[in-house]
Amino acid sequence: MTAPLRIGVLVFPGSNCDRDCHEAVTQVLGAQADFIWHKESRLPPLDAVIIPGGFSYGDYLRTGAIARFSPVMTAVIRFAEAGGLVLGICNGFQILLEAGLLPGAMLRNRSLSFICKDIHVRIENTVTPFTSRCKPGQVLTLPIAHGEGNYYADQATLSTLKAKNQVVFRYCTKDGAVTPEANPNGSLDNIGGITNAAGNVLGMMPHPERCADALLGNEDGQLLLLSLLDAVKSRKPALATT
Amino acid sequence: MKAKVSVTLKRGILDPQGQAVQHALSSLGYTGVKDVRVGKLIELELATNDRAGAEAEVKAMCERLLANTIIEEYRIELVE
Repeated sequence: MTAPLRIGVLVFPGSNCDRDCHEAVTQVLGAQADFIWHKESRLPPLDAVIIPGGFSYGDYLRTGAIARFSPVMTAVIRFAEAGGLVLGICNGFQILLEAGLLPGAMLRNRSLSFICKDIHVRIENTVTPFTSRCKPGQVLTLPIAHGEGNYYADQATLSTLKAKNQVVFRYCTKDGAVTPEANPNGSLDNIGGITNAAGNVLGMMPHPERCADALLGNEDGQLLLLSLLDAVKSRKPALATT
Repeated sequence: MKAKVSVTLKRGILDPQGQAVQHALSSLGYTGVKDVRVGKLIELELATNDRAGAEAEVKAMCERLLANTIIEEYRIELVE
C-alpha cells in the first residue's frame, strides 16, 4: 500500500486558477491536492508543487514581483533546489521568473492586449518530467489568457536555453510551423514554456489544467499532467528510501 | 528625505506602450518626437537624512524588488 500522491497548489491573494488546478489533480490524476496558503513558510511532504495562474497581488509593480517574496516561495525554492518538481502556469511562470528559479523575464504582450484564446504549441523536448507522454514535435492546442506573456531573455541566456534543451514549448501553427504569425504575444523565439537547467522546474504560459477533461472540449492538457504523474510515481520509491 | 526612483525598460527592449504614445502624439501633430519610453515613478519617504546610506539602501531595494534588471533600468534621485 503506497501513500497517495500529494501535489501542493499554492494560493496567493489574487490566484484564480488554483481551484482548476486542484480539480485537475484530483479528478484527472486521482492524486491528492493540498491548497497551500502563501503565508506558509514550510511545505508538507509533497510530490510536486503547482503554482497556478491568476493575478497574485493584483500584478502590482510587475507580475509575480510581490508573490515572489511570499514566505511560501522560500520553501518552494528549497523544494526546487532539492530536485522537487515545480510547475508554474501563467502567473505561476511569471512568479518563477521573478524568483530566479527560471531565467529571463516577462514583458507586456506586444499587442498591449490581454489575450484569451486557444493557441498551438510544439513540443520541443519530450525528455522532461512534464512532457514524457508527448511525441517529439507534437502539436498541442492549449488555451492562453494573459497580458504579460512576452518572454524575454538576453542573447547569452537564450543560447544556454537552446543548448541545454530548456525550451519545452514554442508557439506554432496548427501544423507545427514556428512562425512570427503563430506567436500570440511577441515572445522571444516563440517561447511558450521553459525548464530550468536541471529540468525539474517548468514554467509555461498556456493552461493545461483548463483542457484536461473531455467535458471541457479538449484533453491536450492531460498529456502534460499525466507526464507529471508518471514522473512523480517513478520518483516515489527513490524518495521513500532517502 | 525622499527618494524618487524611475524605472523604465532598458534601451534595446521594445516598449510597445511607448510606441503607442508616440503614435498618438504624432497623430496630434507632434511629429518631432523621435522616441517615447513609458516607465514608473516610485516615491519613497525615507526615515534617514544620511545621503550615502540612503542611496546604498535604495539601490539595494531597486536591485531586489523595485526593478527587474533583466528588462529594466532605474534611476535614483534623492530629495532633501
